[in-house]
Amino acid sequence: MNLVSKFGTNTSGFSIITRRGVIKTIAAVCAGWILQAGAAEVNTTGLAVTDKEVTVGILHSVTGTMAISETGSVQAEKLAIKQINAMGGVLGRQIKFIQEDGASDWPTFAEKSKKLLVNDKVAAVFGCWTSASRKAVLPVFEQYNGMLYYPTFYEGLEQSPNVIYTGQEATQQIIAGIDWVVKEKGAKTFYLLGSDYIWPRTSNKIARKHIEKLGLKVVGEEYYPLGHTQFNSVINKIKLTKPDVIYAIVVGGSNVAFYKQLKAAGISLPKEKPLLLTISVTEDEILGIGGENIEGAYAAMKYFQSLDNPNNKAFVEAFKAEYGKDIVIGDVTQAAYLGPWLWKAAVEKAGSFDIDKVRAASPGIELTTAPEGYVKIHPNHHLWSKTRVGLAQKDGQYKLVYETEDLMEPDPFPKGYQ
Amino acid sequence: MFSDYTSAELLSIFAMQGFAGLILFSVFVLMALGLAIIFGQMGVINMAHGEFMILGAYVTYLISNLFATYLPSLFGIYFFVAMIVSFIAAGALGALVEWSFIRFLYQRPLDTLLATWGLSLILQQIYRSVFGAREVGVTLPDWLMGSVPLSETIEIPINGLFVMGLTLVIAGGVYFLMFKSRWGCQVRAVVQNRPMAAAVGINTAKIDRITFALGCGIAGIAGSAFTMIGSTGPTAGQLYIVDTFLVVVFGGAASLLGTIASAFTISQAQSTMEFFLSGSMAKVLTLLTVVGILMIRPQGLFAMKVRK
Amino acid sequence: MSRQSLKTLFPASDITYWIILGLLLGVVLPLTLDIFRLNLVGKYLTYAFVAVGLVLCWGYGGILSLGQGVFFGLGGYCMAMFLKLESSDPESTKIQSTPGIPDFMDWNQLTELPWFWEPFYSFPFTLIAIIAVPTIFAYIIAVAMFKRRVGGVYFAIITQAIASILTILIIGQQGYTGGVNGITDLRTLMGWDIRSDSAKYILYYVNFFFLMSCLLVAQFVRKSKLGRLLVAMRGREDRVRFSGYDVSSFKIFVFCLGAAFSAVGGAMFTLQVGFMSPSFVGIVPSIEMVIFCAVGGRLSIFGAVYGTLLVNWAKTTFSESFPELWLFAMGALFIGVVMAFPSGLAGVYKKYVEPWLISVAGHARNFLSKPGNAIPSVGPLSKQEGVSP
Repeated sequence: MNLVSKFGTNTSGFSIITRRGVIKTIAAVCAGWILQAGAAEVNTTGLAVTDKEVTVGILHSVTGTMAISETGSVQAEKLAIKQINAMGGVLGRQIKFIQEDGASDWPTFAEKSKKLLVNDKVAAVFGCWTSASRKAVLPVFEQYNGMLYYPTFYEGLEQSPNVIYTGQEATQQIIAGIDWVVKEKGAKTFYLLGSDYIWPRTSNKIARKHIEKLGLKVVGEEYYPLGHTQFNSVINKIKLTKPDVIYAIVVGGSNVAFYKQLKAAGISLPKEKPLLLTISVTEDEILGIGGENIEGAYAAMKYFQSLDNPNNKAFVEAFKAEYGKDIVIGDVTQAAYLGPWLWKAAVEKAGSFDIDKVRAASPGIELTTAPEGYVKIHPNHHLWSKTRVGLAQKDGQYKLVYETEDLMEPDPFPKGYQ
Repeated sequence: MFSDYTSAELLSIFAMQGFAGLILFSVFVLMALGLAIIFGQMGVINMAHGEFMILGAYVTYLISNLFATYLPSLFGIYFFVAMIVSFIAAGALGALVEWSFIRFLYQRPLDTLLATWGLSLILQQIYRSVFGAREVGVTLPDWLMGSVPLSETIEIPINGLFVMGLTLVIAGGVYFLMFKSRWGCQVRAVVQNRPMAAAVGINTAKIDRITFALGCGIAGIAGSAFTMIGSTGPTAGQLYIVDTFLVVVFGGAASLLGTIASAFTISQAQSTMEFFLSGSMAKVLTLLTVVGILMIRPQGLFAMKVRK
Repeated sequence: MSRQSLKTLFPASDITYWIILGLLLGVVLPLTLDIFRLNLVGKYLTYAFVAVGLVLCWGYGGILSLGQGVFFGLGGYCMAMFLKLESSDPESTKIQSTPGIPDFMDWNQLTELPWFWEPFYSFPFTLIAIIAVPTIFAYIIAVAMFKRRVGGVYFAIITQAIASILTILIIGQQGYTGGVNGITDLRTLMGWDIRSDSAKYILYYVNFFFLMSCLLVAQFVRKSKLGRLLVAMRGREDRVRFSGYDVSSFKIFVFCLGAAFSAVGGAMFTLQVGFMSPSFVGIVPSIEMVIFCAVGGRLSIFGAVYGTLLVNWAKTTFSESFPELWLFAMGALFIGVVMAFPSGLAGVYKKYVEPWLISVAGHARNFLSKPGNAIPSVGPLSKQEGVSP
């Protein structure tokens, strides 16, 4: 049918039977066969790739407790895909995405990831947020040889050939932050606080080792269950031990309770006595906490919405145009935005959508258009990136106070910290 | 551990910790009072209790925005307005729920459990659809922020004092209602002997509805108060349920005094343990102790007879 | 068993239900579904174990437990521990600081296997533990509660608290239990790769076999004197007590039985899905398991299986297309089942479908028995017993 419309009909409709029509048909079939062969080269493992389109998966929680945090990642990934499509797509193909809801439930994540890889045969998956969801889907990705782009800053201790980690791992976030607070603020004593699960515990282990390596002191270390809302006891203990720095890795709903109660107890963070340094509060979380409650706290991240560079300005503008001018953009959202771009770069370098070829092409890929400035994929599948420290403002944004000069090398299995 | 501090400092430690315990106690009482009324007096388990609290919190959020936009000069008092409106809103929703399905389930307590769980799911989804999945921040008026220094080293958070005061007012109000008013008399009559109370001319259906609405209304006020100390999001209600139920059951559901006593015991135990141990272990130990005591004395602290 | 007692155990009406269920699960589904969906069905069927246990506990015994996830999880964790130890032999874990222990222990800087993990190297021990540990735990709870005549709502709330405690413990002690991530990446059972397609088929049938066995046990309990006592206890406990029976012993028994069923389900879940996490232990999953039982009809063991399959299938389908709508639907399901369909699917079947089927069969028989037709004339089919299937 296409052939007929393309290569012309005469009014009687017997176009194919004329000689011209036959030659044209043969030419078309050959062209199609060549394109097909070309397509075959680009996709030798049966992924969902056609001449016009390539299908990817987005796997985040749209419902459940994690929906709060993962909404930003979904928005970022969709924006990136939209921009890539507007620029012509990947290898000449428009990106189509299938979105699945993990529902804040790890087994559902595993199930949906299997569906995306086995049933839908997507070429890449952008997804997950919590470590638990990543751990649940990891065996699926390794068994079916998929590629996951994972955006959250996390505890490290992992290096899978089937995941590209676009967020920072613990040593990148923690070490630079502690070094800064020791050097700039003369901090000598630390109180470590966190929610009770793997990320805060592992991060605090690294923090403690580094603090003690510098010859300084940890005066307290406490953990509260996820979802805990009464922090008056630990705030009293903090008042008692008078540390220079509160190193807080409180997560989720507890965040709001903690900062409100901290302020209510008379600890005024802008006074910096003690100073609070966190690695778990992005602009998204401040929305819930309230800028006036966390004003004066410092955060160590690789990205802040307020970063002053042309890439970020364009990114924030595009994001606001798409999702509303009151939207905020946190570190994980930006890391999620990087995912499709890094994938596109790897695919184009490899000239193919095959996962093995994309994997081989990934180390060394650089992105100079990243809103955070510049990133590069390390052979261990993490990103070289700068670490920054920001001061929380009343309006919910962070003001940049420090930026590492060099890129921090990702080291998910740090020797001496294990 | 105590050797590092002077006795003055130790005194202030204990004082502050004592206050932290009292604040926790007030929080538990506020949470549990509404539920105790409903469960204790009517035998109905309301698994959606947390969601009624969050309704109060969302109402407070809306009112704070309203005042900020239209009546900025009166912003200081918005909190009182918000609490009253929360009470009315939660109470109205409670009355609606009671009329639609709770009233058919009074003889089947296990079924009310399931039905109200379903209600909590629906309410959570409504909140998510209307307010978004993200938590909303409620701005407090200035006079509620900060702390009052009692001495050089002892500081009491103002909102903690406010919560304690609020709890006293509400607990007193409930006591007065239950034991000194005509309506309270009627409620107690219906609880003790429904057919007789109906025979005497008491409109039992109406009493049930008002009692349920009152319990939910108190939950709404509690939620409104908690915007000061906690988060407001669609699933925030889930954080409070287990504790609330345990407080009510531990106290012996027949008695409001029991609820208060149990809230006091549990809160003091928890805050003391939190001080000496880590947060998680304190929570686990508190729960274990409560469950353990319940296994030995299942009717709770103050019970009139064995519960079925 | 004598012919008479076999007849009581498997009345004619029930035989059809057994056959239909057996055919559906054993033949129809494996033939019509691809392995991905069949694996999902296998997962749902593991929840059915819990639902069947609840039919006995709650439907017949009147004991509502909102903490069945505890037993499901305990069984699942026992199996997971065995599988994890198997995949953590020193050879495969040589990149770790301490080879030979599970990966999550290594990340938590544990240097040796905790003592309570040691016995799980042995498969026979694991099998025993899967049943024994949850049952003993259930026994302790049940003795403490039922001997003191705690029941109903109080008991339900206490089971909630226990589920909550266990969840916090598991998440907090991440060095020993894998924490909030759970125990993941389970690959082989005594050398046999459980992730391959053929393994999934085999595991499905093993699951099916165990489920049918549990159903048999449940049937036996129902039809025996114990079953009647349970129903009597649910109705008027004090009268049963006055008649001289030790009510608490029966309650303890049936609660432990429900726990054992749930544990088997948990172990099968771990095998089919390949991991176990605390998200199956807490309050929310436990209540969901109750709804599976309620939807099927709390008095019907077959209903429990169908209810579980239906609700889970709806969950997967709707959450793909209408994630927000699904939660409304689930909430409405809870309310609807309690208000409008207290006997669940089985009740609907009994009330509407079965009489219609009987009348159709009756008409067919009468037609066929008319002169010149095949079958000699018979009277109308005998009425069914009042008891649910």
